[in-house]
Amino acid sequence: MSFDVYALRKEFPFFSEYKDLAYLDNGATSQRPQKVIDAVNEFYQKYNANPFRGLYDLSVEATDRYEAARRKAARFINADSENEIVFVRNATEALNLAAFSLGEMCVKEGDEIIISVCEHHSNMLPWRHMADRKKATVKYLFCKEDGSFSLDELKTLLTDKTKILAVTAMSNIFGRINDIKSMAELVHEKNAYIVADGSQSVPHSHTDVKALDCDFLAFSGHKMLGPMGIGVLYGKSRLLENMPPFLTGGEMIENVSLEEVTYAGIPHKFEAGTVNAGGAVGLAKAIDIIDDIGMDNIIKHEEALTKIAFEGLSDIPHVHILGSDDYKDHNGIITFKIDNVHPHDVSQILADNDIAVRAGHHCAEPLHRYLNIPSTTRASLMFYNTEEEIRRFIDCVKEIRPLMGFRD
Amino acid sequence: MNNRTYYNEILTEHNADPLHKHMIANPSKMLRGVNPSCGDDITLLINTDENGMITEGSYVGDGCAISQASADIMIDMIIGKSVDEALKLKDKFIKMIHGEASEEEIESLEEASALRDISHMPSRVKCAVLSWHTLEEMYKDK
Repeated sequence: MSFDVYALRKEFPFFSEYKDLAYLDNGATSQRPQKVIDAVNEFYQKYNANPFRGLYDLSVEATDRYEAARRKAARFINADSENEIVFVRNATEALNLAAFSLGEMCVKEGDEIIISVCEHHSNMLPWRHMADRKKATVKYLFCKEDGSFSLDELKTLLTDKTKILAVTAMSNIFGRINDIKSMAELVHEKNAYIVADGSQSVPHSHTDVKALDCDFLAFSGHKMLGPMGIGVLYGKSRLLENMPPFLTGGEMIENVSLEEVTYAGIPHKFEAGTVNAGGAVGLAKAIDIIDDIGMDNIIKHEEALTKIAFEGLSDIPHVHILGSDDYKDHNGIITFKIDNVHPHDVSQILADNDIAVRAGHHCAEPLHRYLNIPSTTRASLMFYNTEEEIRRFIDCVKEIRPLMGFRD
Repeated sequence: MNNRTYYNEILTEHNADPLHKHMIANPSKMLRGVNPSCGDDITLLINTDENGMITEGSYVGDGCAISQASADIMIDMIIGKSVDEALKLKDKFIKMIHGEASEEEIESLEEASALRDISHMPSRVKCAVLSWHTLEEMYKDK
């Protein structure tokens, strides 16, 4: 399929609703195609029954659609089996599940957890919380100024007490895709586990959990055209099987008596309560749409836009982009600061000009402290963005310092 | 670039070229005000004489242009006034930011009236009122 961005945008009701808005906050959440919205509607209109409960046709149909979505998600990231796909609300819940259950399984007092300094709070706080509970030690893997990690530094942090490395597959600040495969090798040499946050990487790059050999991968549906409220925790089946449940309750059991309980097999052991079947069906449709467009096409278009944005912003005096000097490392994420202009003013002026970006610390406050920058502005792109939008964004950034009264 | 922006010249000049952003020695009152959610952080320094007149005032800190300009404008307006008069200005300013002040009251706020449009920007109200609330806090036992 050839790439016609304007034709693609017609599939998204958002863009006809907001014709003049350049939406460059895709790292926070993407827009949703009509087909995804329709798929969710269709589920509730035609197939609505509680999956797994009833023996009547409709409940069976609802179950089938939910499980078909699981198979689709498994195939999308090349998991061995759909049993390795746990549906959750979002990446945050996925990482909380992983931290709790993996912590219960393998972490004891005196053990060590390594967390990268680049993590979103959702891949940092669950581990710290678990480490506190278990009296384990947290060690941090720091990044270089370009956002990359040194494998040698990781080696020095890994000890026989290391149990877990929590690291993002793609930084939500730098846009850099990290070498999860090499990290996994080092971590596995110590018989520890690697948990990758795929929230940013899964929508914007090919994901192959087998090739990466990561033990866990979390991602959200809403950053990849799917509905809010559905996400995935991928986990290797032999690990999921040995982990205790996170939430307990309905439909995650085999048998319950007043004295004993036998839990259901994976993945259902981790899906207590009524599931978000509509959300899962929506996510499945989102995956279909991404597949139809083609990840190679998505990457190519996003890379072309990233180049324009990166070069355009780099040429503006007093504008500084965080991370790598090479646009190819940015994967659609341009986080920047402007001398003497506060990021809230930058994003306000952009908003006044119908350009939506994000300002603040983007849920990565420890990284901002480490870089000694209070806050930044972030533009994050998606395949449906246009060159015209990026040019308009660059032109507006150029005007910000003059508008704020700076003459140079 | 369109003109739909709240950053007028008065605001940007006070931000880029502040008149009162510096330390003063031995202030009679000094208080820090912070908006934790957005990181605006200012410290007000005030000197008063035996009659309760504000003889000197300044601020230091970091934050968005709205928080910084608002502080600079406030200090400029309250120097030479009594603490009571300054607190009355504060009441009027906060009324304006909440969209409740009359035209007459807004006019009497002189340069501070340059921030009147913030009343249409709920997300920036806390930036505009930070220095004024800090002043209020400073004299709450008065």
